[in-house]
Amino acid sequence: MSYAKLTRDEIARRIAQDIPEGGYVNLGIGMPTLVANHLPKDREIFLHSENGILGMGPAPAKGAEDWDLINAGKEPVTLLTGGAYFHHTDSFAMMRGGHLDIAVLGAFQVSVTGDLANWSTGGDAIPAVGGAMDLAVGAKNVWVMMEHLTKEGRSKIVDRCTYPLTGVGVVKRVYTDLAVIEVTARGLMARDLVPGLAFEELQRLTGVPLLPSGVQAGAKKVSAKSV
Amino acid sequence: MLDKIFDSPQAALADVRDGATVLIGGFGGAGVPDELIDVLVAQGAKDLTIVNNNAGNGEIGVAALLKVGRVRKIICSYPRQVDSHHFQALYRAGKIELEIVPQGTLSERMRAAGAGIGGFYTPTGYGTDLAKGKETRVINGKGHVLESPLAGDVALVKAEKGDRWGNLVYRKSARNFGPTMATAAKCTVVQVYEIVELGALDPEVIVTPGIYVTRVVKVPRKETGNRVAGGVTQGISGRAAAGR
Repeated sequence: MSYAKLTRDEIARRIAQDIPEGGYVNLGIGMPTLVANHLPKDREIFLHSENGILGMGPAPAKGAEDWDLINAGKEPVTLLTGGAYFHHTDSFAMMRGGHLDIAVLGAFQVSVTGDLANWSTGGDAIPAVGGAMDLAVGAKNVWVMMEHLTKEGRSKIVDRCTYPLTGVGVVKRVYTDLAVIEVTARGLMARDLVPGLAFEELQRLTGVPLLPSGVQAGAKKVSAKSV
Repeated sequence: MLDKIFDSPQAALADVRDGATVLIGGFGGAGVPDELIDVLVAQGAKDLTIVNNNAGNGEIGVAALLKVGRVRKIICSYPRQVDSHHFQALYRAGKIELEIVPQGTLSERMRAAGAGIGGFYTPTGYGTDLAKGKETRVINGKGHVLESPLAGDVALVKAEKGDRWGNLVYRKSARNFGPTMATAAKCTVVQVYEIVELGALDPEVIVTPGIYVTRVVKVPRKETGNRVAGGVTQGISGRAAAGR
């Protein structure tokens, strides 16, 4: 049976639908910023930007850019009514202090135990970490948004990360172009496979053991008020 | 009468010495004390240790300091940007020392210095390469890394308005590292667009109280524009890196 991988926008939409009313959320740069375009209009969701913004709004109209108001990717943004500014130390205290409900981050690899590698591919690349490690340890729920496979067809969900770690055991859930994977105490549980993709095929592509959906693995729905 | 206002950025930075550690505010193009950095380039102090979130973009600001070879070491969170070519050339040639610090730890280390804290345990970086060689401890079941305070000899900060006592307010996300850096240096030099009378700043909204500020200099407001081209300063495009 054939299946179609989700586009990046389709993954973003799926993630956006899982963000609850009242959620405080940080979207990492790169792919996760797409989630902002798909947030349900009927929910009040607060976007946090590491450089001192809560209640971050969409990009301004052309010509209305204010370069004192930028996001973590250094692009101009707006502030929603009721939004607030604060300094960097407070911003990162919000992360480490567990005040953010969800951080959506890109990744090179995620391990079966929720280890995250997303800041360096090692080798002789110039190291650059930014706020990745702070977000990884701080948010109540770290969700990863990534393609399931590398360009070479290798699984990015791995037994052990071979790239340098960003955080140990921090990832709760992975949204890929093939499925949603919950990181649970019993192992990885796959659900919401794209139409036409059989569990056995996802298992073959992923390489590390997966539990099929329907198996109760203790994954619980995120709510803004849950600890 | 206490008056922290200096007539020129040249006068405010005349005594920066060789070997100084200089904290420089800014994130992307927002909150960068451009005029003060230009004067520091002209002033000639060398062997500097620079603390900044990034490692210079394009040809101006921190990049200009790097280009003229004044920087011995840079402490930052995200030096890998496509237009950080001056840093990259120095780094590849082994002519500059780099200390990578997670962004929140960078900020908190300066906060610790300014707050008289001798260090702190943070979960950030635990179990990663950036914790190698550092003391660790498990607190409430969670691994933590011991980090040390990071103080500056000088801080260069950009604020929006200031008064002669050094009280400051900032503008939007240009606030970023400014308030913390102001607390963490022996000499905090601030550039503002507007100098106002004492009492003009609402005491309820002053962000940096004057006690942290040594000198205030007025600089002309520039045409608001993109100091650093938006897309150009992002991390390497197409990479999944969540850091910046």
